[in-house]
Amino acid sequence: MGQFDFDVAHLLAGGLVLISLTMLYQDRLYALIRVFALHAFVLALSVAWQAAIQNAAHLYITAAIALVFKGIIIPVALHRIMVRLGIHREIETVVGIGPTMLAGIGLVALSMVVMLRVTAEADSLAREDLAFALSVVLLGLLLMVTRRNAVSLVVGFMSLENGLILAATGAKGMPLVVEISVAFSVLIAFIVIGIFLFQIRERFDTVDVGALDRFRGERR
Amino acid sequence: MSALSFNPLAAVLLIPACATVLLAVLPSYRLSARLNVLASLLTLLSAVSLLVDRPAPSQFLMVDDLNVVFIVLSTLVGFTTSVFSASYIAHEIEIGRLSPASLRFYHAMYQVMMLGMNLALVANNIGLMWVAIEIATLSTVLMVGIYRTPEAIEAAWKYFILGSVGIALALFGTILVYMAARPVVGEGLDGMTWTLLIQRVALFDPALLNVAFVFLLLGYGTKVGLTPLHAWLPDAHAEGPTPISAVLSGLLLNVALYALLRFKILLAANPGAIAPGPLLVTMGLTSLVFAAFMLYRRRDIKRMFAYSSIEHMGIIAFAFGMGGPLANFAGLLHMTMHSLTKSAIFFSVGHISQIKGTQKIADIRGLTVTHPVLGWGLVLGVVAIAGMPPLGIFTSEFLVVSSTFARQPLLALPLVLGLLVGFGALFLQLGAVAFGEPLGSRAPAKASHVPMFAHLALVLVAGIYLPGPLVAWFQHVARILG
Repeated sequence: MGQFDFDVAHLLAGGLVLISLTMLYQDRLYALIRVFALHAFVLALSVAWQAAIQNAAHLYITAAIALVFKGIIIPVALHRIMVRLGIHREIETVVGIGPTMLAGIGLVALSMVVMLRVTAEADSLAREDLAFALSVVLLGLLLMVTRRNAVSLVVGFMSLENGLILAATGAKGMPLVVEISVAFSVLIAFIVIGIFLFQIRERFDTVDVGALDRFRGERR
Repeated sequence: MSALSFNPLAAVLLIPACATVLLAVLPSYRLSARLNVLASLLTLLSAVSLLVDRPAPSQFLMVDDLNVVFIVLSTLVGFTTSVFSASYIAHEIEIGRLSPASLRFYHAMYQVMMLGMNLALVANNIGLMWVAIEIATLSTVLMVGIYRTPEAIEAAWKYFILGSVGIALALFGTILVYMAARPVVGEGLDGMTWTLLIQRVALFDPALLNVAFVFLLLGYGTKVGLTPLHAWLPDAHAEGPTPISAVLSGLLLNVALYALLRFKILLAANPGAIAPGPLLVTMGLTSLVFAAFMLYRRRDIKRMFAYSSIEHMGIIAFAFGMGGPLANFAGLLHMTMHSLTKSAIFFSVGHISQIKGTQKIADIRGLTVTHPVLGWGLVLGVVAIAGMPPLGIFTSEFLVVSSTFARQPLLALPLVLGLLVGFGALFLQLGAVAFGEPLGSRAPAKASHVPMFAHLALVLVAGIYLPGPLVAWFQHVARILG
């Protein structure tokens, strides 16, 4: 593998981590969704690059799914849902941006330390890819726990899943990558349809304790 | 073997697949309820025939001594639950809680779930196993939300999000296992085929396997309902239709545990990797003690038994974490007994909450007077699940406790504490429900009692006398588990 191939793959994977960090401080839903579309676009480029340098034609399908489904269809659908639920003007700040960013940086550092140490014997491309992928996964989780809106929950989950696809394509010759990305697309489609049909606006943490009791079926 | 001859392995997967298609198009719910029972029975028969006629492992599917136990158990509970489900939904149609269209969906999803679980159990490929568990989870999510009440949608949504995060973490772990296997086993499908992995696992990079197991434990552990990842479980049990509570507790938790056990065997075979046992022991004990205390203040009867499921999955994870022939044997036996008992309890609770029109414990009183058969069935089930002799759970809990005392006496203290606290909670709640001043409707139950008593009879027989071949079989599997 040439140095250039490695550099481009490295650049794209690093770009995903950077965009994940960018998502953490988007407090407007529209902006969050646009940044996510960019995330999906960079993922598609990264997967396509892996397909080219690994000579793995089936990965182009995964790249196409990332581009069309997650880069275009889902953002458009989420836009429509936001308008329908009347939450398109909402600004959410559950945890301050400063602490969230610090936590995000900590998570990236953590995944570098963990993955680079345990993959000492793997080839350098796979090592870097896994470390970046774990960062994207953890940042996705962080996004999910710091937001309370159902739409940003889904965006967090999808960025987490982008990290998984990055890991799967970085693991050279991994079978079933296409099947797994299709399975995930089905999962996400279900989530989005669920929000749309049942008008789920928020996650379950509510300050109204009465509502909590009702949800738990615990009221006498 | 010619293509035309009977292939039980294919049948275990194809029968649910074909039944799904049929049930999705058949309009009459009476017919589909019967078809659901028939398909489940045929699947059970094919699963039993796997005990004698076992095909050689292929790249995607395999049957070995370990998973055949799980397959027979899950198809058995799948069949009895389909019988219970037929009488349960007849009542739901009568009171108009479910429409015929949603029932069509329900029956189709029931078979999709059976397909997913059977596929997860027979998969020889860790990627395929992951996809199958995702299918099973998705279908149960859809069934949990089938009543369309805000609470049901809430429960389904919570289950969905937590389940999805769990499944994502499990996939990351699966990718790491492949990364560890690739330099040794080679690229492509071979690197994910379990039978090949286990042969060469001693040469894998232990550090990578360790990290992989942490992700797999968190991911599949969410589905097993181990504390602190259990948050979805009580809601999903309480708000969905009761047949689904029965299969969730009786089957889906086991299937996720099975996935964890497969990876535990992998790690145990690698000399450099961490011992997976202590992790399982810790999570198991935490779940047991936490759930035992949570049992006290439950006001919803289905939620209470959901917490009891967390408690018992904790005991099972603890037993498998302890390892060794005796504790593994106890774990297997406990898993079997818990599946049978807990689904029997849900069969009884399902009819009771239908007749009384409520799931609130405060409104269900004096069942042994108003509905003797259901009431005494529930009493028997709770006596069994609390671990009283002579029923089967007593045997398995006794084995877990005694093997722990023999090897790690200190660990036995929280174990016994959890068991006693849970025991107390169950009997405290049972007293009023079964023997209190009768409350609520006395309408006769149009229930089928056969599934409930069939399960309880099996549990009773297992508690008094375990057949020799079964003991030998479990001992053999316990040795595989290491």
